[in-house]
Amino acid sequence: MRTIILLISVVVLISCNSSQKKQEEQVKKEPVKVENKLDLEVYDFNGFEKFLNKKDGKIYVINFWATWCAPCVKELPYFEKLKELYKDKGVEILLVSLDFPNQYDSKLKPFIIDKKITSKVIALDDVDMNTWIPKVNENWSGALPATIIYKNDESKFFEQSFTYEILENEVKQFLK
Amino acid sequence: MKTIKILSLLTLVVVISAFTINKSNLTTGYSVGDVAEDFSLMNVDGNMVSLSDYKDAKGFIVTFTCNTCPYAVGYEDRIIALNNKYASKGYPVIAIMPNNTDVKPGDDLAAMKQRALDKGFTFPYLIDKEQKVYPKYGATKTPHIFVIQKTKKGNVVKYIGAIDDNYKDANAVKVKYTENAVDALLAGKEVPVKETRAIGCSIKK
Repeated sequence: MRTIILLISVVVLISCNSSQKKQEEQVKKEPVKVENKLDLEVYDFNGFEKFLNKKDGKIYVINFWATWCAPCVKELPYFEKLKELYKDKGVEILLVSLDFPNQYDSKLKPFIIDKKITSKVIALDDVDMNTWIPKVNENWSGALPATIIYKNDESKFFEQSFTYEILENEVKQFLK
Repeated sequence: MKTIKILSLLTLVVVISAFTINKSNLTTGYSVGDVAEDFSLMNVDGNMVSLSDYKDAKGFIVTFTCNTCPYAVGYEDRIIALNNKYASKGYPVIAIMPNNTDVKPGDDLAAMKQRALDKGFTFPYLIDKEQKVYPKYGATKTPHIFVIQKTKKGNVVKYIGAIDDNYKDANAVKVKYTENAVDALLAGKEVPVKETRAIGCSIKK
């Protein structure tokens, strides 16, 4: 049994290595890839926590998403629209990507560029999810997408997908 | 004046408790300690599978997973390892694919069959075709684990959550939550950590 596992891991290791090499070769061939120009801020939870605790009277809409999460991708345009229509009313959007770190360059950055996303996108990379998920919200099971809307000490959490109308309506509650 | 104060206080209590009740209603599905209902779901081999089929099992590692979620795929080898380690000890893995396959065609029965074949799944991979089982459990995402112990009361939920604390790298795991839960049950001890959270793909309705 052990030998089999060992064999499998060796095979996996070798295949990982070769694919990594392939990627490196590709990068070398095209050194001026557009996506590499995009700066992505990456945080662990300690670094990220400040975004959940701003008390400057603005309304913060924080959406947790990933490029591999289809319902997340579907609702991104609603956050973009919200940003456009409410930028003069003190509403700030923050898109927090939970993409895998080894796909920041290959998937996340090209996605941000292709979709012309204008909202601020940051990446959260912290494997100790059982520690930080409840700190975002006690009721969050960890499913994506998830969204927090907050203003000073008032906050509402959503483990769900939005339509634009529902999202706008929730933000309006904070504008009252 | 006093009566008004008392009345308003009472109202406040009623209102607060109403909210509390509402809140707990929102989190549907099993909590640790609840008895889980049995089910009858189709396996990738075409047979129907129920927990009651496993006469000799001491319990189950019920795992909601799918083909299309990168987190679930990232954990596949660890799910296979769980079954290899614990099936013979009386805790087999029962994998259930909860997604609506109209939304995720990559999770339909044919694709599940292929995946089970490619990966050499050593456990049943069932489809929750009518999507009636996962809401009973309160599964919200893939992967989502429910460790269940057979007792005189029935199948009691003993652990809900993640497999371990590092989705990225199986070799960098510090705490194996699911293994610790099953080990504790096998040793007749209390499960040390009964609930954990992890990021996953929402179950597609």
